Amino acid sequence: MDLAFSARPSALGRFGQFGGQYVPETLMPALGELEQAAAKAWKDKRFTEELNHLLKTYVGRATPLYEAKRLTEHYSRKEGGPRIWLKREDLNHTGAHKINNALGQALLALRMGKNRIIAETGAGQHGVATATVCARFGLKCVIYMGEEDMRRQALNVFRMKLLGADVKPVLAGTATLKDATSEAIRDWVTNVEDTHYILGSVAGPHPYPMLVRDFHAVIGHETRKQCVEAFGGLPNVLIACVGGGSNAMGLFHPFVEEKSVRMIGVEAAGEGVHTGHHAATITEGRIGVLHGAMSLLLQDQNGQVQEAHSISAGLDYPGVGPEHSYLCEIGRAEYVAVTDQEALNALQLVSQLEGIIPALETAHAFAWLEKLCPTLDAGTELVLNCSGRGDKDVSTVAERLKSEL
Amino acid sequence: MLTLEGGSLETENLQRPSISNSFNQVHQEGRIALMPFLMAGDPDLETSFDVIVNLQKEGADMVELGIPYSDPLADGPVIQAAAARSLKVGTTPMKVLDMLKKFRERINIPVILFTYSNPLLSFGIEAFCEEASEAGASGLVVPDLPLEEAEKLSPIAARNGIDLVLLVAPTTPKERMKRIAETSKGFTYLVSVTGVTGERNAIEGRVQFLVENLKESSPVPVAVGFGISDSNQIAKVRRWGADGAIVGSALVKRISLATKGNEADEAGRFCRELRKATGHL
Repeated sequence: MDLAFSARPSALGRFGQFGGQYVPETLMPALGELEQAAAKAWKDKRFTEELNHLLKTYVGRATPLYEAKRLTEHYSRKEGGPRIWLKREDLNHTGAHKINNALGQALLALRMGKNRIIAETGAGQHGVATATVCARFGLKCVIYMGEEDMRRQALNVFRMKLLGADVKPVLAGTATLKDATSEAIRDWVTNVEDTHYILGSVAGPHPYPMLVRDFHAVIGHETRKQCVEAFGGLPNVLIACVGGGSNAMGLFHPFVEEKSVRMIGVEAAGEGVHTGHHAATITEGRIGVLHGAMSLLLQDQNGQVQEAHSISAGLDYPGVGPEHSYLCEIGRAEYVAVTDQEALNALQLVSQLEGIIPALETAHAFAWLEKLCPTLDAGTELVLNCSGRGDKDVSTVAERLKSEL
Repeated sequence: MLTLEGGSLETENLQRPSISNSFNQVHQEGRIALMPFLMAGDPDLETSFDVIVNLQKEGADMVELGIPYSDPLADGPVIQAAAARSLKVGTTPMKVLDMLKKFRERINIPVILFTYSNPLLSFGIEAFCEEASEAGASGLVVPDLPLEEAEKLSPIAARNGIDLVLLVAPTTPKERMKRIAETSKGFTYLVSVTGVTGERNAIEGRVQFLVENLKESSPVPVAVGFGISDSNQIAKVRRWGADGAIVGSALVKRISLATKGNEADEAGRFCRELRKATGHL
């Protein structure tokens, strides 16, 4: 296994056998152009300075590393338990980590002279982040969103419209994130000459998995520094939810070569991985190609992509970023899954213990603490990526809780 | 007439019709090859076979046969909907190939399969090429498999006597166009629009330039597709020097709108009309 930064991905965009560029020929020159623009930008001090300046003054970075004392206490045993830290990405402008990438890619689009932006969105957080940066830079913005997700995330749809974006409902297939992504790619195939596609996860064809990871790596870099400040060392365990996997990849990336750091990705088990109604791609999927990348994939025996199911629109995706498939294959990261119900329970627990209402996506990471914490030694330093806030989910949660009362 | 040269003999030896022979024949006749596309299993596989037979009868030189996929990124609404209908009635890659196998001796023109990376991968590319070969398929188009990713499939297809056709797009730089054309087998597929499959009112003027450029560098014939839907457009790309014209969405739409049982007749009528635009009769 090769964990060196420089080796991930290879020149052909591969993480081991995963990744690549399975797209219509029409897009190949644009992908090459994007890769070159990004490589050039990262070496350009003006670009990194502007990015860092905006991350600080517009996004509100650095986000705090917060010690969740009551949650720590909740999982404490007689002999103690892990100390739980939250990386507060929910405190970013627009309420989730997504803006780290949207901002970076918008700056790249400006450098490439593309003035029309498209994006897909599931929970709406990436759509809101993209609409936000487009407003900030005066770029035309079109967001593709599955009709089912528009219903589940009506608040975010309105936010995007308020920000001046054109939100296009996608009716095809399951009318969720997968179909919104397909439609965004079709738009890009059609308008590639003046349009940049701000893909919102560490998925898609090369260079996106690398590009999106690198813009989110700020999460891990800050965490590393903050851990040293807070307790004088590296964390022992990192935990984050995984749909496509962008917040997890951002947190994990600067720690991948630190073998003492255990990394756990939490997928959505929906109604349970054995019910067939879930989005646990790494847990249950097999190798395939979706949206331009080879990765693990929920599919039937004939290679037709299957519907994913999750209470959380942001995790409701049958694919996963290729680098996660790779980290799983080589055993560098662990992937587990929690159900809708477990996530709902965790959402309420965290709300009441810490005064933080996490997003339903994030609640999946919290839910795994139930099983994980009893297995961890006292004094284990655990960092959980609190990737987004839950305001957008309150109506979904209310609906679910009422039916139970 | 049809490319039936040595047809019965070929059938006895179970040799597949060759794409390059078909183009040679068309060239001799001073025509452009007519290459209609249909989605296998829309509305069902029996009908698809009847459609193929009628297309063959009414002057199609080759036929492109879509194997449905759930997430067809390169397709517009018409072909997406056809794929969805086909999947709904339970079409699988194996059933499509079995249909071809069963009726193999009645199809004399080259059949070019069109499908996406994932169904191929799931089937196993080696196994797929073997089965496709046994079914008599002559070519394979995979629209989400660009040059770089075709490296693995190309030799396996070749070993099984199947031409792996690569695509060139309006955005493809000239140097890359050359590399693609040199790797492509059977013909090079020129995507005439920056976009997905579907009918367009007019064919972009720059296609002339693209055809000319590609003809210069392509050692194999050049067929134009995506957005070619009527006789005028076929006549136009013929004048510009293309060797073949692929008509997809326009035919798929006619099949979907035909009353039940009339799909093959409808397809045949449309094919006859298009055939007139291919050149000398």
